[in-house]
Amino acid sequence: MIQTTQGAAHDDIRDAVRALCAEFPPEYHRKIDEDRAYPEAFVDALTKGGWMAALIPEEYGGSGLGLTEASVIMEEINRAGGNSGACHGQMYNMNTLVRHGSEEQRQRYLPKIASGELRLQSMGVTEPTTGTDTTKIKTTAVRKGDRYVINGQKVWISRVQHSDLMILLARTTPLADVKKKSEGLSIFLVDVKDAMAKGMDVKPIRNMVNHETNELFFDNLEIPAENLIGEEGQGFKYILTGLNAERALIAAECIGDGYWFIDKVTAYAGERQVFGRPIGQNQGVQFPIAEAFIEVEAANLMRYEACRLFDEGQPCGAQANMAKYLAAKASWEAANACIQFHGGFGFASEYDVERKFRETRLYQVAPISTNLILSYVAEHMLGLPRSF
Amino acid sequence: MKVLVPVKRVIDYNVKVRVKSDGSGVDLANVKMSMNPFDEIACEEAIRLKEAGKADEVIAVSIGVKQAQETLRTALAMGADRAILVIAADDVHQDIEPLAVAKILKAVIDEEQPGLVLAGKQAIDNDMNATGQMLAALLGWSQATFASKLDIDGDHATVTREVDGGLQTIKVKMPAIVTVDLRLNEPRYASLPNIMKAKKKPLDEKTAADYGVDVSPRLEVVKTTEPEARKAGEIVGSVDELVAKLKEAGAV
Ligand SMILES: Cc1cc2nc3c(=O)[nH]c(=O)nc-3n(C[C@H](O)[C@H](O)[C@H](O)COP(=O)(O)OP(=O)(O)OC[C@H]3O[C@@H](n4cnc5c(N)ncnc54)[C@H](O)[C@@H]3O)c2cc1C
Ligand SMILES: Cc1cc2nc3c(=O)[nH]c(=O)nc-3n(C[C@H](O)[C@H](O)[C@H](O)COP(=O)(O)OP(=O)(O)OC[C@H]3O[C@@H](n4cnc5c(N)ncnc54)[C@H](O)[C@@H]3O)c2cc1C
Repeated sequence: MIQTTQGAAHDDIRDAVRALCAEFPPEYHRKIDEDRAYPEAFVDALTKGGWMAALIPEEYGGSGLGLTEASVIMEEINRAGGNSGACHGQMYNMNTLVRHGSEEQRQRYLPKIASGELRLQSMGVTEPTTGTDTTKIKTTAVRKGDRYVINGQKVWISRVQHSDLMILLARTTPLADVKKKSEGLSIFLVDVKDAMAKGMDVKPIRNMVNHETNELFFDNLEIPAENLIGEEGQGFKYILTGLNAERALIAAECIGDGYWFIDKVTAYAGERQVFGRPIGQNQGVQFPIAEAFIEVEAANLMRYEACRLFDEGQPCGAQANMAKYLAAKASWEAANACIQFHGGFGFASEYDVERKFRETRLYQVAPISTNLILSYVAEHMLGLPRSF
Repeated sequence: MKVLVPVKRVIDYNVKVRVKSDGSGVDLANVKMSMNPFDEIACEEAIRLKEAGKADEVIAVSIGVKQAQETLRTALAMGADRAILVIAADDVHQDIEPLAVAKILKAVIDEEQPGLVLAGKQAIDNDMNATGQMLAALLGWSQATFASKLDIDGDHATVTREVDGGLQTIKVKMPAIVTVDLRLNEPRYASLPNIMKAKKKPLDEKTAADYGVDVSPRLEVVKTTEPEARKAGEIVGSVDELVAKLKEAGAV
């Protein structure tokens, strides 16, 4: 395994996650991908080992760690050849509930999530007709006595079939009646199984990366008013906690992927002989790999900075976005070098390169596309006029 | 019964070892270090004895540089109850020789009075395979080396040993030193809650001087060299290709 510049600060976590991941060799992940299955045994092992409860405070049965440590866990899963996409949802949702949920909600859900009895792996934001323009979402929640009635549609909502709880973003005050478009949105904890029986329809989307992801249709779904998280109308602010965490975690996953690709291609290029010498002896092969490595290392630094700010409760939107941008780009460069220098073998499933290549490609688009990060930076950091 | 487990911090078995340019040893600066794998097995066995109600307390001991406390935290995260670090060197390149380690362990054992010492059969860095035996001699205790099976029954232990050409089962009187081999068990990996708990478990810090043991080396390393490089392999695309290559090489 290549040496990287990150310090030894989290070696205990890395070692333990690596040891767990080693029980799930490449064949396991390959088979799951081929069968388009969910890595149930792997996620179970992570849950039993307490890893999925890293962010839950100790008084609720978790380990009370920060996003930094959570990101190390995700990184190691991807670095070991797995795909955190199957389980990262719980990590990015957690702080939304921990920071913005009521004491009653925390008491009710966190211990059960910590023990593995419940999973909180889904977050329902994206809609088919509004895409990245989140404040324009059309799904509505209307208060009716002690309930909210939900109507609308979501798309690309992941892990719903493997989650007990979902955090749902819906409009509670019509856009026309709010001063700022980010107001009037609220977030709710939805009991997935209950909802599926009472007006939420789940339609799986077959996709490129074996991501369990779905279309959701809400037809007068009633949920208890007590499932509202925080104050009505302030949901956009709360969901940002989850979105910033998500960006930093995705950055870490891309960094894990990046190291995986670089380890893999370095080993291969050192061994593969054509024209009488290792292909890795050619600068045409070395340089793109070295370049990708440099980029992964640089992205890694921004990722730690984003996590540090998040853990201190400081604004971290810019750093989380930039970390995600850099990391997704770097992992893609690494993936490209890896598949390229494997020659034909990069396309053979048994090398796992093509699978990881597909998986890491997602992160240029989801959870936020590269263009939107660029416009965020242009507008919010450089002060240029908003382009849309 | 207390079980004492000596654990050594060694270069991680995954690391590609590099010989220092002056030939005095291998480069250990900024290299990943881990618990000696045989010590992990010893630690696992001790914890299993505790879980089976045959031991009350598991104490991990490490002798070396201050950073060995990370190795002890690993033992604590696996399930050891407390740890003792004996600082005997400042420089990560200074290896404490088996006799000095055995003397320090004897002093610790005199204080702690364990009923059993479970150690690795050897450390993967210098492969000495001596500490357990020396310790048994210094203490005048029974010893059983290369254990692949261990049963404790009252004041005796039955130990299966992996000897050249087969297995040997012996019965030893307690207290005893048992050094463990690869097939004794498969060590567990730490769960996150146990890693967190380990941070709060007691870890006593001592020095070699506290036990009056002189750790200055008696051996001189004359030369360290890399093993001969392995020739690069070749990846073939099909069974037919493989067979053709093997025929070509005269292997089939
Ligand atoms: C596998 C997968 C899993 C997902 N899981 C979830 C989930 O669990 N929960 C959830 O809520 N969502 C999820 N998503 C949705 C994801 O967040 C969105 O796909 C993403 O935000 C992009 O939105 P969109 O698909 O509507 O694209 P659009 O918004 O339609 O954008 C399409 C393209 O146009 C570009 N574009 C749009 N506007 C501009 C502009 N103003 N300037 C320049 N370029 C622009 C974008 O950059 C993008 O490249 C998932 C998506 C995928 C593919
Ligand atoms: C789906 C698929 C279908 C195929 N179909 C056919 C077919 O029908 N018939 C057939 O004969 N072949 C076929 N091939 C094989 C294909 O032509 C080879 O994979 C391709 O020529 C590359 O050879 P290689 O895989 O041995 O890579 P290698 O020769 O091992 O090269 C690996 C990498 O090293 C680089 N490299 C090597 N030497 C140097 C150098 N000196 N300087 C710089 N870079 C270097 C290469 O550019 C490449 O990126 C197929 C391959 C695939 C994936």
